[in-house]
This record gives sequence, C-alpha cells and structure tokens, in this order.
Amino acid sequence: MAEAAHQYDETMPLEYRTEESRLNILGFWIFLGAEVVLFATLFATYLVLFQRTGSGPTTSDLFEIKDVMIETLLLLTSSFTCGLAVFEMRRRRLSGLLTWLLVTLLLGAGFITFEIREFIHYVHEGATIQTSAFLSSFFVLVGTHGAHVSLGICWMILIIIQLLQRGFTPRTARKVFIVSLYWHFLDVVWIFIFTLVYLTGMVM
Amino acid sequence: MKWSEFFVTGEPLIYAADVAIVLTVIGIVFVLTYFKKWKWLWDEWLTTVDHKKIGVMYIISAVLMLFRGGVDALLMRAQLTAPNMKFLNSEHYNEIFTTHGTIMILFMAMPFIIGLMNIVVPLQIGARDVAYPYLNALSFWLFFVGAMLFNISFVIGGSPNAGWTSYFPLAGNEFSPGVGNNYYAVALQISGIGTLMTGINFLVTILKMRAPGMTLMRMPMFTWTILITCVLIIFAFPVLTVALALMTFDRLFDTQFFTMANGGMSMLWANLFWIWGHPEVYIVILPSFGIFSEVVSTFARKRLFGYKAMVYSIVGIAFLSFIVWVHHFFTMGAGAAVNSVFSITTMAIAVPTGVKIFNWLFTLRKGKIRFTTAMLWSLAFIPNFVIGGVTGVMLAMAAADYQYHNSYFLIAHFHYVLIAGTVFACFAGLHYWYPKMFGHILNERLGKWTFWLFMIGFNICFFPMYFLGLMGMTRRMYTYSEGLGWTPLNVVASVGAVLMGIGFIVLCYNIYYSARYGERDMTGDPWDGRTLEWATSSPVAHYNFAITPEVKDLDAYWEMKKSGKGFEIDEEKLKPIHMPSNSGRPFLISIAFFFAGFGLVFKWFWLAIIATIFIALGLILRSFDDDDGYYISVDEIKRTERLSGKGA
Repeated sequence: MAEAAHQYDETMPLEYRTEESRLNILGFWIFLGAEVVLFATLFATYLVLFQRTGSGPTTSDLFEIKDVMIETLLLLTSSFTCGLAVFEMRRRRLSGLLTWLLVTLLLGAGFITFEIREFIHYVHEGATIQTSAFLSSFFVLVGTHGAHVSLGICWMILIIIQLLQRGFTPRTARKVFIVSLYWHFLDVVWIFIFTLVYLTGMVM
Repeated sequence: MKWSEFFVTGEPLIYAADVAIVLTVIGIVFVLTYFKKWKWLWDEWLTTVDHKKIGVMYIISAVLMLFRGGVDALLMRAQLTAPNMKFLNSEHYNEIFTTHGTIMILFMAMPFIIGLMNIVVPLQIGARDVAYPYLNALSFWLFFVGAMLFNISFVIGGSPNAGWTSYFPLAGNEFSPGVGNNYYAVALQISGIGTLMTGINFLVTILKMRAPGMTLMRMPMFTWTILITCVLIIFAFPVLTVALALMTFDRLFDTQFFTMANGGMSMLWANLFWIWGHPEVYIVILPSFGIFSEVVSTFARKRLFGYKAMVYSIVGIAFLSFIVWVHHFFTMGAGAAVNSVFSITTMAIAVPTGVKIFNWLFTLRKGKIRFTTAMLWSLAFIPNFVIGGVTGVMLAMAAADYQYHNSYFLIAHFHYVLIAGTVFACFAGLHYWYPKMFGHILNERLGKWTFWLFMIGFNICFFPMYFLGLMGMTRRMYTYSEGLGWTPLNVVASVGAVLMGIGFIVLCYNIYYSARYGERDMTGDPWDGRTLEWATSSPVAHYNFAITPEVKDLDAYWEMKKSGKGFEIDEEKLKPIHMPSNSGRPFLISIAFFFAGFGLVFKWFWLAIIATIFIALGLILRSFDDDDGYYISVDEIKRTERLSGKGA
C-alpha cells in the first residue's frame, strides 16, 4: 500500500499499473493456490468414497451424458468469452468488454440452471445427499464448484456496475482481470469434475 | 428448544462462570462509559488497520485464552490428583479436555504467534504495513469471533466433548447429540478462514514489500520462518476447511461422510484432520524457532551460526510436515508397510531439527551472553525441547508406538514440544519485543520470577507423566483406582501445574506493574538489537519508518551501527507517506459471522441466512469502496520523529 501513487508504472497493462494492483493480483494467485488444495481435498474425498454406495444408486445408474455435455460446453465457452473480455479490455474497448462479460455471465447462469436441474432430477430419483457416502461426496464436490460459479456470477455483476459507473481505471481493470482469473480457474476445476466424476463414473 | 436446554444448567462451576461472565461484561461496560472511552475503543482499536495494533489485540486475546485453557488444565489436574475423585464427572471432564486442547492450539498458540508476526515482520523487512491492511483487520476479527463462539459453548448449549481431534464416529450425531460439537465445527471454520487470509497476506508482504537491498538471504530468521509458515498455512488450512465443512454437513444435514452406515468412512476424518493437523503443529513451532534465533543471536551478541543451514532446515521441516500424518494413528490398522514409511519420514524430521539445535548452540559458543528474561526462555527451550524431541522419536517407532499410543507418555511428549517450543517462544518474544509494542520494558526481576516458576513447574508437571504413561495411565481417563499406584506421580504433576499457574499470575502482574513503573525505552533499541525493528522508536510511529531503510547486510541495523551512522533520518529526504484508512467494516462483518455461526450451531437457519445477507452486504460495500487512504504530511513526520528523538 505504501507509496502506491509513487510506483505508478505507465508501461504495464492497465490492471498492473499501481503497486496495490500488483500486490492484489499476486495475492489472488496465491488464493487460487489455496483453492487448488481445497478442491484437491474434495476430489480425494470423492475418490475415496465414490464406490461406497451403500444401498443407494451407483455412478453408472445415475449419470446421463447429455446433460453433463451441455453443462461442460456452456462453461468451457464461458471461459473463452471471459478471455475475449480481457482481450477487449487490453484494447480499451469498454463496450466490447461489457458485451463479453455479459455473455460470460449468461453462459455461467445457463450452466448453473442445468446443474440445478440435474440435482433436482437426482433427488426425484431418490438419490439425495443423505443416501450414501458416494452421493454426499458427489453433491458436496460438484455443489462447491457450483457455489463458486454462482458467487462468480454475483461478483461479475458488481464489476459490470462499477465499469458502467467509472469506466476504465486501474482499479476496475484490476477487478476485471482478477475475476477472469477466478473464472478460468473454475473452468479448470470443472474439467477435472467432468473426467474424474462423470466420465469415470460412466465407465466404471 | 427450552431455555433450560439453551443455557447449561445443573453445575455449580457453570453457575459461578455465568456470574463471572455477567459481572465482567458489566464491569467493562461501566469502565468504558465512566471514563468515556467508547469512542477511543472504536477509533483506536475496533476500526484499526495498523498491523501493530492488530498484533497487540491478537496477543491480548491469546493471553485471555491462555487463562481459559489454563483453568481447564488446572481443573483436570484437580480431578486427577487423587484416585476416585468426584470433583468432575466424566461428561464434564470430557468437555474440559476437549476445550483445553482446542483452545490452547487454535486460540492461544496460533494468535500469540500471529500477533508477534503482525507486530514484528513489517518492521523487520522495513515496510510501512502489510500488503492488505484491511484484510488483516478482517483476519483478526474472524479469529476473535471464532474464539468467542467457541468459548460461549460452555454456558450456552454445552461444550464439545469429543476431544480436540473430534474423531468420528464419536463426534457424529449418534454418539454426540446436542450442539457441543457443532460449536467445534463452526467456530474453528470461522477462525480458520481468518488464518488462511493471514497466511496469504504475510506471504505477499514478505515476498513483495522488503526494503531495498534485503534479498531473501538477508532476511532476518524470524521473517524466514514466517514466510515458510505462511506456505504451510496456505497448503494446510484448506484441508481443515473441507474437513470441518464435511463434519458440519454430517452433523447438520445428516450426510454420510464419516458415519458407520451407508458407506461412510470414519477413518477419512482422521486422515483429513491430521493432514491439516500435523502441518499445524509446525505452523506454531517454526515461528518459535525464528523467535529463538533472534533472541539467541541478540543476547549472545553474535551473528546467527549457520544461517543458510537454518533456512534449508526450515524448508526441509516444512516439506516433511506434510508426509508424516499417519504417525498419529499407527494403531488404527494401516498395516506394516504404510506404518514403516510414515515411521521413517517422522524420524527424518529429527535431522533438520537437530541441525537447528546445533546452530543455536554454536551461536552461543564464545558469545557474550546476557541472561535477560527473553534469553532465559530461549536457553531453557533447548534442553526441554530436546527431551520432547527424543521422546518423539521413540513414539515414531511404529512397533513401539503400540505401547505408547494414547498414554500419558504421549501427553508428556507433546506438552514438552508445544510448551517448551511454542509457549516458551511466545514468552521470549513477548519480553523481547514488548518495548516495540508499548514503549516500556517488562520488569526483568518479575520476568525472571515468571520464568523460574513456570519452567520448574512445567518440568514437575510433565516429566512424571512420561512414567505415568509407561505405567499404563491412558489419555482422557477421568479417574483411576487407588490400587494402580499412580497417585504419587499424579500429586507431583498437580503441584507442578499450580506452579505454572502462579508463574502466569506473576506475568499478568508484571504487565500491570511495568505499565505503571516500568523502565521507558527512550532509545528504541534497548537490547542492542541487530535487525531493522530496533531502528524504529519505541513505541513505533504508526508509519513505522520515516524513510525506507537501505539494507546492505543480514543484520541490517547492526551493520548500520557498526559503520557508526546508525539509522539517521535526513529531513530533506522526507516525503508524504501514504497510509490506509481505518474501517469498521471488518469488525461488523465478523459480528455477522458470529451470528451466522451461532445460527448454524443451533440449526436456526433463519438467523444464519439473515447474518449471511449482512456478510454479503459488507463485502459488496467493500467492493464499491473508493477510499484510497490518506497522506501523512512531511511536517507531521518531522514533528513525530523529533518527539521520539530520532529526527535531526
């Protein structure tokens, strides 16, 4: 924080110009490191428990490829559009940035809608979070990811409002950049969920 | 829920505690109102983002928790002094050893260490604050409300009673109905979030905010240990977050993670807990090593011996700390091959630790040793910690551990490493850095009384426990019969515990006495120190350094003094200093966390939801906050520096 104004660097991209921004972006990377550990623990829990189905359904009884593919495509596309948003920010085009952020947000909302539908479907089939250790770990792992995405959507809405109010400043640019890091991270986690939970679950 | 279930009833000790709590609250409110201190409390403390004040608040909380955990310990000793005692019943005893362990590790040792690191690290690296001052305040308040939530359990709802490890299935709904263990899951979660943020904050601070010239290999040893500790926190605490979340789900929403039916696996809890839990003990011991390194080097008037070996040892210990967790449950059926691997990794930790012990001894060799209180704690640490370490290697032998496991031998071992390591370090650090916090020195005579009472009491209390363990006394038993022959050693141990208690009282008296009559520290460098914190005035100006120091050597301030100049402030070079603004939001958000936690404990989800909305509101307001801080003018810096005698 100290002497933030003295360390303004014109040669850097907008989001990296102030010392405060540089510190915040590094801190967020480290936070993502902690998030990796958090999800790694949830994955480990799931892998330990996923064959312990008790009297409840197994993975292959439950999962259906079509819904999961739609969710995957929505989220992967949203990561791409989020990248386009940052690209537009680097070109200093506010309208482009806002458009792609909005598209990202809608794709994320679509993903969440499908995920909630999927969960409701399972519950109707009698596969609830209380049924077995497998389902507890499934709902908590996938649900934690879904909660992250939902939080990301709210966060992005706040940043869009700030962009509309204030336009490009080192601070709003940094916020866009950090939320994009978060969004890409969630995409990476989903790829692991897709392979380790759904694909593995359907073949085993 | 009836009121008689909401409040804990039926125990005279609890009624006494109820009265004490009510009287204390009335007393505090009265004093603040009578002396018109509410505004002062709000402006100077509750809203502060100054790392030094946050550090002081951490340490005050830690001392309070040391009192609470110490009372728990004395109650247990009272119950165990004689066979067939009826002082505590088994249920009450279970609650007391659970809260004793949890409080001492998470709400005493952690905040004491984090408090010292808050005060010292930015000063040692020549920074004006931490990387995220606002987040730092939030970290503190989350820890604080977590601690308060945990502590009210004994008068409201009932304390957790499944041990500080809270193993399943014991800690599940089936065997632990009631809200006690909900407190454990939720309160630890809240303060754990605070700790994780502290880890990130100080890692960035140390990586990015060091004074010019301070390369990594010129960092003071305490700062090095904090750097590594932050890495441990960042890798270990998310595991606790998940473990506690799963526990909360099992207890509140009847999921099947650790249950005994429907595929649940109780050993999963033990593994997750110790994957966090073992690094956790290094999170409290590595900074202690750092404190001892600073104190030993200062009072031996010598550069730390084997600086590089010290650094590599901490890195080695940190790495090993993640691959030893199974040694906490060798007897729980992992099998010979797995036990052997973890047995060897555990013993390997003795190697880098041994390196450090020899480095301290060689630092002392031919040094001009001054026996100050801080130094006495550090010198006592070495033999006492070695006793704990050697018995640790005995426990690490998996086959032999079947004899020692969960006996008083283990109790003696971990108290020897945690008290002789962490608690001695906290006391050493408190005496050593006290002038930096308050501008006066803790009385040395009283300090030495504390030291001898506590250190002798500690040995009288815990050394007999090794033998009690070998005689078959197991952990967590609330009473024993006369024929077992354990009475004499238990009486001895209780005498030691009382001596430690007296030592603590002397320490508290010393804090009061020194505030009134203590020697003021006019120089800012009372111990002839070596590192940059001694280049500041005592107490430290809130911007720390009027101009950023330039570092040319490992012992930066020592080098400045040797070159004859000291740390001079050239008034021509002063520039306005940018500082972050105070904010009441971290405090208010944390209060909302308290209510959210309380709602979860009692399954009052309406309360949890309302409080969560307030938390979200606090975060949104923060997002829209445009406060860029403020500047301290050059004139004001000049005035402050001249007053402290540092300016020209």
